[in-house]
Formats: sequence, C-alpha cells, structure tokens
Amino acid sequence: MVNYKKFTLNNGLRVLVHQDSTTPMAVLNILYDVGARDENPEKTGFAHLFEHLMFGGSVNIPSYDEALQRVGGENNAFTSNDITNYYITLPASNLETAFWLESDRMLNLAFSEKSLEVQKNVVCEEFKQRYLNQPYGDVWLKLRPLVYTLHPYRWATIGEKLAHIEAAKMEDVKAFFAKHYNPQNAIMVVGGNVDFEDVKALSEKWFAPIPAGNKYVRSLPTEPAQSQAINQTVYADVPLNAIYKVFKMPGKMDNDYPTADLISDILSQGKSSRLYRNWVKDKPLFSDIKAYNYGSIDTGMFVIEARPSQGISLEDAEKAIWAELEALKNDLIPDDELTKVKNKYESTTVFSEMNLLDKAMNLAFYELMGDANLINTEIQKYASVSAQDIKNMANQLFTNTKATTLNYLAK
Amino acid sequence: MLDRLTAPSFKEIDNVAIIKTEKRVLKNNIPVFVLNAGQQELVRIEFIFKNVDWDINNPLLASAANALLNDGTASLTGAQIAEAIDFYGAFFQTEYGYDHSVVTLYTLNKYVANTLPIVKDVLCNSVFPAKEVATFINNNKQKLKVSLEKNDFVARQQLNNALFGDNLYGYKTQETDFDKLKTENLQAYFKKAYHPQNCTIFLSGKVDEQLFNTIESLFGNWYSNATFTSNKPIFNPNTQKQHTIKKTNALQSAIRLGLPSINRNHPDFAAMQVLNTVFGGYFGSRLMTNIREDKGYTYGISSGNATMEQAGYFVIAAEVGVDVCQATLHEIELEMNRLKTDLIPNDELTLVKNYLMGSLLGSLENAFSHADKFKNIYFYGLDYTYFDNYIHTIKTINAQDLIKLANKYWDWDNFYKVIVG
Repeated sequence: MVNYKKFTLNNGLRVLVHQDSTTPMAVLNILYDVGARDENPEKTGFAHLFEHLMFGGSVNIPSYDEALQRVGGENNAFTSNDITNYYITLPASNLETAFWLESDRMLNLAFSEKSLEVQKNVVCEEFKQRYLNQPYGDVWLKLRPLVYTLHPYRWATIGEKLAHIEAAKMEDVKAFFAKHYNPQNAIMVVGGNVDFEDVKALSEKWFAPIPAGNKYVRSLPTEPAQSQAINQTVYADVPLNAIYKVFKMPGKMDNDYPTADLISDILSQGKSSRLYRNWVKDKPLFSDIKAYNYGSIDTGMFVIEARPSQGISLEDAEKAIWAELEALKNDLIPDDELTKVKNKYESTTVFSEMNLLDKAMNLAFYELMGDANLINTEIQKYASVSAQDIKNMANQLFTNTKATTLNYLAK
Repeated sequence: MLDRLTAPSFKEIDNVAIIKTEKRVLKNNIPVFVLNAGQQELVRIEFIFKNVDWDINNPLLASAANALLNDGTASLTGAQIAEAIDFYGAFFQTEYGYDHSVVTLYTLNKYVANTLPIVKDVLCNSVFPAKEVATFINNNKQKLKVSLEKNDFVARQQLNNALFGDNLYGYKTQETDFDKLKTENLQAYFKKAYHPQNCTIFLSGKVDEQLFNTIESLFGNWYSNATFTSNKPIFNPNTQKQHTIKKTNALQSAIRLGLPSINRNHPDFAAMQVLNTVFGGYFGSRLMTNIREDKGYTYGISSGNATMEQAGYFVIAAEVGVDVCQATLHEIELEMNRLKTDLIPNDELTLVKNYLMGSLLGSLENAFSHADKFKNIYFYGLDYTYFDNYIHTIKTINAQDLIKLANKYWDWDNFYKVIVG
C-alpha cells in the first residue's frame, strides 16, 4: 500500500506527497506530459534531445547539476514515447534545493547555444552507442515504422535518424519549451522523509509564481487495426539470426491491458515460463526466446523476440512460435499456471514498494493516467483476470494477418 | 519577491546511520548475518560461496556450475524447480563474480516454508544433467559470439587480460572452453565449492526468529567431507601497454584504460575514492565536464577503482566517436596530469565531499542495501569501522593529500591503453 496526498496549485500543477519516514532521503519527481509521440515527424528525437537541454542551465541558475551535487543530491531523467520524467534524490534535510532547481527550469531555461551544440553531439554519440554501433541495436528503428503506419510511435525515442538531431535549432527548443513545459502539463511527486505541510508551503513558494501556460491538447491519429501480415527481412553484421514478431495490443489504461500483460508473463516470466521451458530447455530450438510488451499509453506492441539456435531454419522457428501462440488460443490455461503469474505480479508489486524512487515515478504515471490510486488498485484488475479472458485475448491478439515480422539475419 | 538567484541554505550530512548486521552461527558453524528491517513482508536469503580451485584447463567451471545450479537435483527436474519457485512469486537467482558464487532467494515471508526447501535441495543435491549442460554450452557459445561483436565487451576482456594475464581475473573466454564442461566435472566442482564450510548466509528484510529457526533446521545439519583449495591467482601482466583492435565500419571506439592499483583493503582506498570522484566518478567529474559537457565527444565517460579480493585496478571507460578518439585520449591525459600538478579548488572539493556523503546516505535505501554495505567489506576481512574511516576521510581530506595521492598512484605512461573500434 502506497500512501499519498494530493493538491493542485492555482497554475494547474498537480502535486502528490508520499511520506516514508524509514528513509533519510527525499525524492522530487516531475513528469512532463510530453514524449516522442508529440514530435513533429520531420524533427524526431526532439523530446529526448530537449531532456538533455533541461540540464544546460535555467534562467537564474547556470549549473543545475553542480548546485544539486553541492547539497548531496543526484538526479537523472528519461524520455519515452509517452512521457519525459525527471527526478532528484537528495538528503531530506536539503529538500528545498530540489524545489529551487526544478521550479527555475520550469519557469524558464537559459537557452544556451553552446549547450545546444554540445548536447546535439552527445545525443548523436548516444544514438551511435546504443542503436547503431551495437549488434541488433537498430532493430526498433526498423520495426517501429513497419508496425505503425500513422501513429507517431512509428519512430523511436532516440529519433528516426541522426540528421533530425543534427538539424535541431534554438527556435525549435524555445517553441517546444513554451508548448510543453509548464505547470499544467506537469505532475510533481515529492516523497520520502518529508512533511505534507512543508511540501505544500514549498510548492506554493517556488512553483505557484510560475505562469500556468497553455494546456497542450494532444490529438494523435489512432493506429488502424492491422489486416494483413507484414514481413521484412534484413541482413546485418550479426553473428546469429533473430526474429522479431509484433502484435498490436491495448494501451496501458485499456481494461484488456492486464490480460495481455499476463499473457506475456505466461510466455516469458521466469524459468518456468512456456517459451523458456518449451523452446530453450525441452526442445532447444532457440538460444533465447522471450515475450514482452512496451506498456505504451496508446496502442502498444506485444513482442516475441527469438534467436534460433544455429542450424534451426526460420520455418521451424516460425512454427514453434505459432505453436505456442496457438496453444494459448485453443486451450484454457491451467488454474495453477494462472495463479502462478498472479502471485508473481503480487510479489513484484511488493518488492517495488521497497524503492522510494519507483514509488514516486509510479504515482506520477498513474496520476497522468487519471488516478494516482491506481498504484494500489491495479493489482485487483490482474487478480480478476480469468483463464477464459486469457484465451479470448490470445485469440484477439495472435492471428497471422495481425503480425508484423522482422527477420534480422546474419549476412 | 522570491529570490531565485540565491541557493537555499542547506545542511551538510554528518550522520549516516548504517543498520548493522547481527552475526549468528548455525550448528555446523555456517555464519549467518542477519539484518532485520523494513516494512514489507519479504526477505532476501543469500548463500555466498568462495570460488575455489580455478584451473586454466577448465576455466569456466565455476561460472557454469553457478549458472546450471537450478537445472536439476537428484529428486527435482529443472522444470519442477522453476515451477515451484515461480508459483510462490519468488525469485531464485544465481550470480557469479570473480571471487564468489552467489545463490539468492527473494521471497514473501508467507511462502518461505515452500520456497526455501527447494534452495536447500539445489545447494546439496544438484546433478547437472547432461542435456542441460549441452544446452548451456550451445546457448553460451552463441551469446559469446554476440558479445564479441560489442566493442565494450572486447575492450574489457582485453584490458583484464593485459592487467592480470591468464588467471581468474584476466582470462579471456574462448568458445572452445565451453566444450570442456561435462556433467562429471561440474558435479565434482559443485561438491567442492558448494560446501558448508565455504558458505556464508545473509538474511535481510523481515527476519524473525521463526525464519532463523527454519534456516537452522534446513542448513544446520549440512556436512561434507569434500576438500577444496582457495584461489590464489598468480599475476602475469602483459609487458605491452598499447592494445588496439581494429573493427571495420565502426562508428565509435571503446576506450578502456587501466592501471594496477589498490583494493578495498588498502588504507589509501577511501582517499582514492574521493580522488576518483573528482576525476571521473560522478556526473560533474572533470572527465564528464570536459569530454562530454564541453566537447560532446561521448555520451558518457567515467573512471573507477575496481576492487577484487586479491587485486585492484584503476580504470577509465568511454565509447567515443572514431574521429575524436585520439583527442579524447589527449584530454584524459591532460585531466589526469592536472590533478597531479594543480590543487583541487576548495569549492570543487567541498562539492565532491557533500556529494559523496549524500550518495552514501542515498545508498542506504532499504534492508537489502544496508546488508549490502556489510557484504562489501566482510569478505575483505574488514568491519564496520571501514565506514567510520570512509566518512572521516571524506570529511578531513584536503587538496594537498589528493595531489600526493594522484602522484603516488597515477602515471599516464604506465596505463594499459585498450582501443577497440
């Protein structure tokens, strides 16, 4: 059970407070409701590049990191296709420094040309390090545009290509800031060894003076249902063949999401899971095979990722994958197996409550989804999924005409 | 009017309360370190074994035995083990490091009676079925092939080999090494290493007397006549310092620079941690500030004091654009030499000290992390005074001390320099 209290400032900033007195630390987490899906198709990778620029100095504070490190704090951030999330952890006694830093960069950035030039380079190196100079690193750069035809999930958070990042201009940075970085588009969670009234007073002091700005209203195209199988084969400098099979699945807040999520657990959670047990262990056709999903807010991706063992043909690998999916479509899963994946979900939830930052991030995310208390109630949705639900969902998800397959083969 | 130009006042961290483990001993003398803390009804149970009898003729024996532990016992198949663990929402992990092999169970307290007996069976009766060994060999050969395509992996292997030679710490895995693994030699290794007299148990989370009693009844009667020899690696460093491995079409080069250095046992270690932080140990470090934040040559560059039980080395790591590799090396050398000639300004040193204290405080997040603190020192023969000394060093070290330290330990020409890409 994660406790929290909530209030909203006049400028629209939503604030949640989670008290945990077992730690001497505090967390200040700010989620901005902007991700790669909100980018201009001609300027992809921008939300993530912008995240880097948020550390390039704000209107009154030249060095964000230095000021924080001086009081014993650490920070980081991540950008996804859906959101951009910034967090600070620091000794609770120095909490006000976090308010000072975060409010100043929500108020206004310094917009330094030098920072823009340097961070464009840094992000290009990140692009190379993680996506281009790694075996299989560019898989999602190739797969996303196959899976999505309309929705902006068709490009990766890092961006479609290096050229988009290289072309970023200061005017784009300023416009992006004005559009997305204001109190109305943000959710703040303050957690740890903090007092609710103190947080309220600090929030009023540092954040209330920030102009509300305009509420960004998202209007993204809905990805149409897929009616034809999509197959592509690429050859690359990799030592082993790999197969990626993607099925579109319900978004994170859809009532069917927990069922689809549990299916990925049945297939791939732990060493007793079906894919591992049947196809890595009993009949070792694959050196590795797993299922997962992206937990996206809009129509997401259910993924089977497989590395056939040497000497195994693609046809046999395909057959094995489909045999496993067909089993889910045709047979009700045994009670014990369903209990197992639900037990695992429960224990994962309990373990994650040991981590203050995880709790703060999850509160922010669920608040974005409409209700922070989902952090405590999601588990009931999982508990109520039946074997029949699983079977129905498998039939809905896994048909050949809805599959997108990328065969990523050794040259 | 709100003053946004002046930083709010702040407090320095003086007090770091590490929760100490309590030592208990089972009937058969297995030491059990107990850390009872936390709100959640869960527990982490770790069994730590020293690696023993390292042999270049079968260098992967210890890591393979660890990985294959949960693949079958005399009475349970791998599938049954996995099923039983997963059914109760538990996590059963094996982890191999240079010095230790670890077996960990994470479980909700309410299921300890269901999950722990399985661990007992695994630790006492693993059999390493031939079929599972064969699958392990195939899969790991394939994984190695993929790893060898990663510049950072190749560079790390090359650096360790240059620093230490062909032994426990420096051996470069070959694909053919996997073929030496057999059920028989794995079983033999298992009997020697997974031995009650080579075992230390750590309990953290919600640990009550009932749990301890369960541990006692399951593991207190565990005896073995097998004998084992502790690893004593003999180092054979390469005389050649420069190691360049060319990769065609590389977009980036992996840089790994290393120099033999001290480990956690050494009285200078805490001070070296401070010096390392200034140089490349945090986001605001000299290396990051210059090479990432000023020049944009890399996504990240860092340095660290790598510590093993019988060796230590200092390492610098980065992946950089191929065209700026030489420029990066030049800047690293400049930054290192600057720490040997110029005193660290007071302002910077104060910041680093505060940062390190905050970091120490923040590393004590939950019962597990408090237990980890002790685990990190125990096998070095150290006790909790290590942390008193660490804090004292952070609080009292000055710029003169650090310049001396940089001159004592760092010599650019002596660094092994590995470039892959």
